[in-house]
Amino acid sequence: MAKEHMIKQLSIFINNEPGRLAQIAAALKECNVNMKAFNIAESSGFGVFRAIVDEPDRALKELNDKGIVVKETNVIAIPMIDRPGGLLDVAKAIGEANINIEYGYAYSTKDLAAFFFRVDDADAAVKKLLASGIKVLKGNEV
Amino acid sequence: MYWNRRMECMPVGKLRKLQYERLKGLVNNLYSFNPFYRDKMKAADVRPDDISSLSDVSKLPFMNKSDLRDNYPTKMFTAPIRDVVRYHVSSGTTGKPTLVGYTKNDIELWTESLARALTSIGIGSEDVMQVSYGYGLFTGGLGLHYGAERVGATVIPSGTGGTERQLELMMDLDVTAIACTPSYLMHMADVAKRMGINIRKDTKLKRAVLGAEPWSDNMRNHMESELGIQAYDIYGTSEISGPMFTECTEKNGLHIWGDMMLTEIIDPDTLEPLGPGEEGELVMTVLTKEAMPMIRYRIKDLTSVMDAECGCGRTSPRIKRITGRSDDMLIIRGINVFPSQVEHTLMQIPQVGGQYMISVDRINSLDYMTVQVELKPDAFSDKVDDMLKLKKYISNELKKYLNISVEVELMPPGSLPRFEGKAKRVTDRRKM
Repeated sequence: MAKEHMIKQLSIFINNEPGRLAQIAAALKECNVNMKAFNIAESSGFGVFRAIVDEPDRALKELNDKGIVVKETNVIAIPMIDRPGGLLDVAKAIGEANINIEYGYAYSTKDLAAFFFRVDDADAAVKKLLASGIKVLKGNEV
Repeated sequence: MYWNRRMECMPVGKLRKLQYERLKGLVNNLYSFNPFYRDKMKAADVRPDDISSLSDVSKLPFMNKSDLRDNYPTKMFTAPIRDVVRYHVSSGTTGKPTLVGYTKNDIELWTESLARALTSIGIGSEDVMQVSYGYGLFTGGLGLHYGAERVGATVIPSGTGGTERQLELMMDLDVTAIACTPSYLMHMADVAKRMGINIRKDTKLKRAVLGAEPWSDNMRNHMESELGIQAYDIYGTSEISGPMFTECTEKNGLHIWGDMMLTEIIDPDTLEPLGPGEEGELVMTVLTKEAMPMIRYRIKDLTSVMDAECGCGRTSPRIKRITGRSDDMLIIRGINVFPSQVEHTLMQIPQVGGQYMISVDRINSLDYMTVQVELKPDAFSDKVDDMLKLKKYISNELKKYLNISVEVELMPPGSLPRFEGKAKRVTDRRKM
């Protein structure tokens, strides 16, 4: 049950040099990868580029074939309502389910806004959320 | 002013005779009583009888840093440990450190050498000397300390670091002389400026004994005019005891006391002896050392022997300021670092891939080493925290083995240059 709620996130390590993001972006383009959402976490000397993409399995394979190291991680997506207080509803639900967020980011389109987040044990978290009646998006819904 | 006029000004012919007698005695003694040296001589097919003139020294086999590594810790010692009064330790080229041991007489020899050297640049009992070399396993601090005490100077064993406090002591205690690395003195000058201290006006500093890393006459001129001091080069390495030799007030070459040391210059490729004025690799034989004799030790520093007599009246041979190395050793803030040590350390870390690059910069007079490390694909994490932990771990490991702080840059697989043939992994951007 939890498995279909897992969203595959791809992450790529970027060392801190002008033009590195452009190189990664060029590779994404060449592999015809369409991104739904992405974020960049920065630290001293490097960054981590994380993205939710269409066809993550194909993207992973093609990027790997290009020599780019891509790591796949399961994240969880919860739909948000695109209005003031939308994040509060989601954050409160996650907090009440006693789930610790490691990092998160959001995207919104005309039709859908969603909060993507990474937790230590995604399986357990999804079960808790579903048990508390929270809607968790499935892979094919984002 | 001489500390030991008889030895320092001995007529050249007499000095060479003394050197020959000491060499002959040393070789006889080692051949008879020490298996390490006997085996080495046998392998080179030399016997004590083959040494019948000073130039016959070139028949003896060379010693290298690898001899110290292979015989770690004390297999090469020629004195029983109960007679050894001190150890010093420096970094080896890979994993194992290099250990040197001293008998009471060895410490005495070292101290005498520095007493002569400090006297030759005018440091004596009227001076207050701040020793800002590292104390401890490194030879610089204790070596200079003993030498300065011997000439009667008031010694402040301030060691390295805590620059603001060092400057306060320099003012409060009327310091007249300092021993440290040239880059540390430049750093002190920078910090003094920020603190509103003018070393030239606000302190009594007159002389600096600078060494443990390469520097230039440009740096000397700059420091002398900016700080109002006389700056002298000092030279030595732990294998021969530690820092032992300085320039005299003529500032024209380092005096190598002939009664203690036999100096040769060889061609690093052919290993053949070179004549005066010809630049090559410095090879030293310590003529009177008890715990760990050194015969034809290849220090790998590049210099030449100066033939002409020095204006100071001392007859001991002089060598020119060291111009470089015949191997790839780096000197970072006075600490010797071999790229092979970096490699050895990195290859013990399972997350590290095969490629790395080392770069060295000098920023505000201080040296900084950066190591770019390619990681294995499975070492990556989507969590920044994991990557930071890994980075910190690698930098701690390097610090543990190199004794210097290293900035680590994590690199994705395939991002660093690959080399066909001899790898060029070091970029030294420092300007001396």
